[in-house]
Amino acid sequence: MPTDVIHIKQLSKRYKDVDVYAVKPLDFTIQKAEIFGLLGPNGAGKTTLISMLCGLLKPSSGTIEINELNFQKNKREIQKIIGVVPQEYALYPTLTAYENLMYFGAMYGLKKSNLKNKINQALKDLGLHQFKDKKVKTFSGGMKRRINLIAGILHEPKILFLDEPTVGVDVQSKNAIMQHLKNLNKKGTTIIYTSHHMTEAQLFCTRIAIIDSGEILIEGAPTILIQNTKNAIRLEDVYLSLTGKNLRDRV
Amino acid sequence: MYKLWQATYKEILLLKRDLGGLAILFIMPLVLVVTVTLIQDSSFKQINDNKIPILFVDNDNGEVSKSIVTNLKKSSAFEIVSQINGENINETQANQLVLKGKYQLAIIIPKNLTVNLNTKVENNVSKILANFMEDAEEKETIQEPIKKEISKIKTQEIKLYFDPATQLAFKNGVKDAIDKMVAKIESQSIYQVFQKELEIEGNVFEQTSFIKFSEINPRKKHTEIKPNSVQHNVPAWSLFAIFFIIIPLSINIVKEKNQGTFVRLKTNPVSYATILGSKIITYLSVCMIQFLLMLLIGFYLFPYLNLPALEINGSYYLLFIVALFVGLAAIGLGVLLGTFASTPEQSAPFGATLVVILAAIGGVWIPVFIMPKMMQIIAKISPMNWGLNGFYDVILRDAKFIDIVPEISLLALFFVVMLSISIYYNKLKSAV
Repeated sequence: MPTDVIHIKQLSKRYKDVDVYAVKPLDFTIQKAEIFGLLGPNGAGKTTLISMLCGLLKPSSGTIEINELNFQKNKREIQKIIGVVPQEYALYPTLTAYENLMYFGAMYGLKKSNLKNKINQALKDLGLHQFKDKKVKTFSGGMKRRINLIAGILHEPKILFLDEPTVGVDVQSKNAIMQHLKNLNKKGTTIIYTSHHMTEAQLFCTRIAIIDSGEILIEGAPTILIQNTKNAIRLEDVYLSLTGKNLRDRV
Repeated sequence: MYKLWQATYKEILLLKRDLGGLAILFIMPLVLVVTVTLIQDSSFKQINDNKIPILFVDNDNGEVSKSIVTNLKKSSAFEIVSQINGENINETQANQLVLKGKYQLAIIIPKNLTVNLNTKVENNVSKILANFMEDAEEKETIQEPIKKEISKIKTQEIKLYFDPATQLAFKNGVKDAIDKMVAKIESQSIYQVFQKELEIEGNVFEQTSFIKFSEINPRKKHTEIKPNSVQHNVPAWSLFAIFFIIIPLSINIVKEKNQGTFVRLKTNPVSYATILGSKIITYLSVCMIQFLLMLLIGFYLFPYLNLPALEINGSYYLLFIVALFVGLAAIGLGVLLGTFASTPEQSAPFGATLVVILAAIGGVWIPVFIMPKMMQIIAKISPMNWGLNGFYDVILRDAKFIDIVPEISLLALFFVVMLSISIYYNKLKSAV
């Protein structure tokens, strides 16, 4: 029987001195071991929503429950069970891959010997073990992305938030990252993921929500969404039919 | 504790990998203290040992000008130049040479200075002696022409031309010395004329100064504590160096914000206190190492550079206590700056300027007591001033712990206030 791991109710965000909502009041739930894709054009509200879900941003209204815990009362407990992989490379460029991972792992309270094993295993899984003592600033974009991912999953989170984890990486790195994420999901990790890669999302996600102008336009399994959209053969068709073809450049 | 230690280790690694930052923290302060002390010491030596060439235009050629030359030579601070290319220089030439900066000073002795001084003194003495006459008519007959004679003699002026680039302190020093010299020559003339008028043979007037002054220094176990430039420079520039920690520290905080690592940490189960604590431990250790290095330089390197060795009159542990609180105050300021700044381009120049301003108002360069009233009040609210006083208390005044309590309390309070503002501001910007 499916269990809700994330339950949000009337959650909204309006930034100070801005008239429009970045995220309009919305309700939804995410179930255990789901791979929930949050898709939408730039400025649609994806990052704002994810930031609220992982406790980085205070909502203007509504509630978030993560594993029946809320940030107001159980911030530390929630932080222990979630993992966050931000869009930018949130790493120290002058530290080696190993030093970065030792630090972020330790911040989750992982003890040294256990942490060392986890780091070595993750580095092997993502093909970076031979570079573990190299400084991150010497890494390619794809290598940095993989280290960025490892830093967010060392503590084996129950819920993993990924904000565009494959942006700007080569096909090989992308494949390694996606494969690793699938393995994590198989072990029971719930994944909440944002991306602009429609094909990747279609293949990877079990459920997708398309968001625009701060509201969820449609939500469901990729295959169902394609089936229910006229003339759609791919997720991208669904996406474009809902969000339009107009450019979303904004300053 | 485990997280704190790991975070501290990360901070140490970051510092170790930042060569520029390390140079700011360790090499620059050492270079600074050595350079400044050498310069100050050499300018002190210049006044005392190396003679400063000065132009001397003697339009008098009398006893007074000879006496001035003798006294100037005796002071051993100046080398008298009265001829250039074998020819006597005149006032116009002297003026030009000084204006061009070839010489720092020219002294122009006016024409007939000796004659006029002697005439004036003789007349004054005759006038005084006439007062002893009993016959009023005779007294008036003598005094009347003297009065007329005195009124004819105009005040004589010794002209001093200074290079416009000459520092005020040097100017004032020279002016005071010449003023004193002239006063002495005048009083000697008065004594001589009295002796002549009273037809007294030999040196009956004792001409050595009756009033003298002596400098009384604090004593410690029967040993007089004589302050030297090193005792002023080492604490002052150590303080300056310690405060420079705000630059790498604020850059460290700003970089964490810009790299996204701070955002990542905000999602981790780690408190802001742990993150700040690791920075405080790391940078405070750096401050103490910096301070120790400065002391070692003062103790062991300065004697090799012909500078006096640093002498500490108070206890070493009190000195390190003051340094510890100075370090905390500097770290508090660095955290605040790093919290408010958005880019290293904002924090680095602002931090450097702030340290220079704090040093200036804190009395690192110019003593607070000679500052204008308003600046003296401002100096009292400068953490550098509290730190400097704390160091002076221990190094020069042989202070006890109780004596430094006011200064270290103010420094501690400053640290707490800076940190509280940073935490509050960070909380305001934070999420849940």
